[in-house]
Amino acid sequence: MKPAPFIRHVPKTLDEAVKILAQVAPQDGRVLAGGQSLVPIMAFRLAKPAHLVDINEIDGLDRIASDGTTLSIGACVRHGAFHKSVVGNPLGALLTFVARHIAHYPIRMRGTFCGSLAHADPSSEWCLTAATLDATIVARSTRGERPIPAREFFAGIMSTALAEDELLAEVRLPLLSPDTKFGFNEFSRRAGDFAMSAALVTYRLQGGKIAEARVGVGGAEPFPRRIAQAEAALNGQPPGDKAFRAAAEAAANAVEAMEDHQTSAEYRRDLVRAVVRRALEHSNR
Amino acid sequence: MPEKQKFIGRSVPRLEDRPLLTGQGRFAADVSFPGQWHMRVVRSPVAHGNIISVDAAAALALPGVHAVWTYKDVAHIPRIGFRLTRIEGLTPYQQPVLADGVVRYVGEPVAVVFADDPYLAEDAADLVALDIAPLALAVTEPGVVRKAYGDIEAAFRDAHAVVKVELAVGRHSGVPMETRGAVARYDEARDVLEMHGAAKVPHWNRDQIAKMLGRDINSVQLYEGHVGGGFGIRGELYPEDVLVCAAALKFKRPIKWIEDRREHLISANHSRDQVHRVRAAIDAQGRILGIDDEFFHDNGAYMRTHAATVPDLAAAMLPGPYRVPAYRAAGHIRLTHKTPAGTYRAPGRYESTFVRERLMDAIAAKVGIDTVEVRRRNLIGKSAMPYNLGLETLGTHIVYDSGDYALLLDKALQAAGWHKLQAELKMRRAKGEKVGGGVGMFVEKSGLGPFDTVRIDVKRDGRVEVVTGVASIGQGVETVIAQICADTLGVDYQDINVVHGQTDRIAKGMGAFASRVTVMCGEATRLAAVKLREKALQAAAPLMQTNAGALDIVGGEIVRSGGGPSMTLAALAQQVSEGLSAEDTFEAAHMVYPYGVHVAAVKIDAETGGVTIERYVIAYDIGKAVNPKLVEGQIAGGLAQGIGGALFEEFAYDESGEPLSVTFADYLMPTAREVPDISVLISEDAPSPLNPLGLKGAGEGGANPVGAVIASAIDDALQRPGAVTRLPVTPQRLKALMAGR
Ligand SMILES: Cc1cc2nc3c(=O)[nH]c(=O)nc-3n(C[C@H](O)[C@H](O)[C@H](O)COP(=O)(O)OP(=O)(O)OC[C@H]3O[C@@H](n4cnc5c(N)ncnc54)[C@H](O)[C@@H]3O)c2cc1C
Repeated sequence: MKPAPFIRHVPKTLDEAVKILAQVAPQDGRVLAGGQSLVPIMAFRLAKPAHLVDINEIDGLDRIASDGTTLSIGACVRHGAFHKSVVGNPLGALLTFVARHIAHYPIRMRGTFCGSLAHADPSSEWCLTAATLDATIVARSTRGERPIPAREFFAGIMSTALAEDELLAEVRLPLLSPDTKFGFNEFSRRAGDFAMSAALVTYRLQGGKIAEARVGVGGAEPFPRRIAQAEAALNGQPPGDKAFRAAAEAAANAVEAMEDHQTSAEYRRDLVRAVVRRALEHSNR
Repeated sequence: MPEKQKFIGRSVPRLEDRPLLTGQGRFAADVSFPGQWHMRVVRSPVAHGNIISVDAAAALALPGVHAVWTYKDVAHIPRIGFRLTRIEGLTPYQQPVLADGVVRYVGEPVAVVFADDPYLAEDAADLVALDIAPLALAVTEPGVVRKAYGDIEAAFRDAHAVVKVELAVGRHSGVPMETRGAVARYDEARDVLEMHGAAKVPHWNRDQIAKMLGRDINSVQLYEGHVGGGFGIRGELYPEDVLVCAAALKFKRPIKWIEDRREHLISANHSRDQVHRVRAAIDAQGRILGIDDEFFHDNGAYMRTHAATVPDLAAAMLPGPYRVPAYRAAGHIRLTHKTPAGTYRAPGRYESTFVRERLMDAIAAKVGIDTVEVRRRNLIGKSAMPYNLGLETLGTHIVYDSGDYALLLDKALQAAGWHKLQAELKMRRAKGEKVGGGVGMFVEKSGLGPFDTVRIDVKRDGRVEVVTGVASIGQGVETVIAQICADTLGVDYQDINVVHGQTDRIAKGMGAFASRVTVMCGEATRLAAVKLREKALQAAAPLMQTNAGALDIVGGEIVRSGGGPSMTLAALAQQVSEGLSAEDTFEAAHMVYPYGVHVAAVKIDAETGGVTIERYVIAYDIGKAVNPKLVEGQIAGGLAQGIGGALFEEFAYDESGEPLSVTFADYLMPTAREVPDISVLISEDAPSPLNPLGLKGAGEGGANPVGAVIASAIDDALQRPGAVTRLPVTPQRLKALMAGR
């Protein structure tokens, strides 16, 4: 579990970083952010990048900023930055609640929001958040800046729309209207483990009825996505057990659950039903 | 006059802690020698196959890579022998130090690379090209463990009813925080081969290494440093230990090997992995007339040092605390293509307690009595002690030396508030919650002989050194032995150094396993300290112008009973030219048998199949707790491991024999969040009559019945007796069980 040899580059500016990345990308050169996924992968020699472009010493990448409609999260913002609310908007509380479910404290102090998106683990809480809230992912390269909608960003298990020479510079999340309700739930075998299934929901109440429902599911399919059937089951309904169960059932039926040696598709669907219902229950507090 | 202090029975702080807490610990990886080479093992990626070729050319071409060994380089080294429980038929299946033309499990050492640093060694190992022609997976049965007494046919013939169950315990094992490691050095000037990183059984390993490498025993020395957990698996003799030693001799260079976690999970001993088909003959009241068990023990690809130990213990200890008038067990040892297996904390007993206690629950269901009552009806009474079970294991007759099982059951139920708990659980179930309680009982074994020797020296500065042949795998040996020595000799326990695990300090030693150290080494220490005290008083008497009978040793000072001038042990040691020391040996033909009761309450998440342990109570009678805090630590740690086996940990394989649990992301050990608060009741109602302090071992009772108790509590939560038949109870399995799929 010692990595293969590699060269570490330490650019001081974003421009320098993308320039180096463009040069080394063809030799499996990769960005090193928090290292909480990449370093273990290298230790197992599942990846043997010849070059690492370490972005940790670039000024300003740890910036979190709100312009009143969007929250921008820079490439070196750690999970731990969200332990406290970062913005006076329901989005702030949502991110804080979700962040607590990511790994363990030491990992949260190193791992980054953007690194999670670039890594694109099917179970990642931040990927789920980006998909549910329709984030915009900003890719930077020597060719310039390219905004990518979340719905087009995720391409498969640990696979994204980022080109090999593109650096994920920033993620933009839309601020939520002040009356937005959110709920989150995940199931994992142990505290801190990657979720076997996770759900994030948001909606508003109009005249006591659910409106603008978003139901995102992660961990069940190769990448997280919004489940239209579940959202349809909620919109126009009063919040409560009946609507929540219907939405959970709709989500469970809609997912094409992954299957592996240890986990059956059937069980994954059971979990989707459970986490969606519980996320909705959580929203109704 | 100094005050007489007693240390036995007190939770005094551990002597071991200072170096560990101040970063002075010396674990295997901390040992380095100038000029050392690092060894990296090339392991088989295939579960079963013929080795066509091993091409090391590319690896050898890397600068800094010195050698690559394959089987032909070690063909002269015998296979690793058996330490315990040899039975006929197993020898052909001993493991060679490198695969001998055929690989039999994923992870089997095929070649080793020696290089300047561990990174380079791993780079080179990656370049060693293996051509292996896969073979079909096979199952072999090299032997069967059989145990029996009484008229089993008659028991079943005369039975009011027969209860039958089939049960499986998954494959899991001890996963110490410190992985294995070995650093060997050959000192040509003295012609001594040293190996650092030993643990558990340094003397036995020393003897074997000497024999395997054709050296005189005294020219091989093993050194135990700090050890980050043993649990039965660490410290057995493994191929890598022999390889570093052989290489140090061959290359005349220190050779260092530190295992990584992935290697650990596929190459250190696995354990458990048994399937039992058991039936009980009972009378109308649920009393056992006979138990007949046939089981299958998957030992993986080779028979390692433990030979038949695990299935033997499973068969021998299955009857537990109950009267079983007739008994028969047949344990089929199966060789497959998984990592070889050995002992793991409560070896054989975690399995057979699961089986026996599941069987007791099944009997209760059959005759319509509750799970506590069925146990009460079958317990061996206090008046039956000592109780000769009529079975043998580890070369000893099993004779339960003392115990009041019914009393401990009462105490445990009271500590758990069992009746109130039952009522609460029932009420919650009525409201739709899936909650339930379980009880399990067991008898443990401990204090395995045949002997331990201890030598005690009073140094000229007054400090006392106790040299033993046992080992410390982190359990607090130094503290406990010092406590016993302190009380017997009359000194402060903090003035005592306990030396263990060093083959050059004492000729013989049995090591640390089978919860033996406190009992065997403790009593040897007491005997030697009695001798030493007598010697010291005899030597002091003329100097103090009185007779020995009028003297006592208190707080390291020799004092007169009536007061007056005294003399320190240091002063005496300086005046006795031949030194102040004594040696004694404790021999024991029988083991001593602690016993316990666990009570648990669990809650099942019906939607996900997740299980939360809400309550856990452990009552354990160990005769005499030398240091109650350390006993609690043993129990709590054992419980965490028991929970691992019950709910989380499993070495899974796919159909091609590929291991699926090779990282901590797939092999799930419970964390602080999954392990509940526990209440521990240490009881001392049944001191062992086999040693004057009444000691019994405390190492394994925390783990022993956990699988059984959790299973029982889950059954109760589901209100379906006998629902759980397989460990671990993963959420997926439980969900399937609830859905009837
Ligand atoms: C024990 C453990 C438990 C964990 N549990 C969870 C969990 O429950 N939920 C969860 O979501 N995660 C979990 N993680 C993963 C953790 O959150 C990682 O931090 C995260 O997945 C990646 O972020 P990072 O900054 O560490 O990225 P790195 O490890 O540095 O990089 C990961 C990958 O993304 C690429 N990359 C990183 N940043 C960029 C960028 N700005 N532009 C382009 N490419 C980039 C890298 O090249 C690499 O391929 C866990 C990790 C561990 C070790």
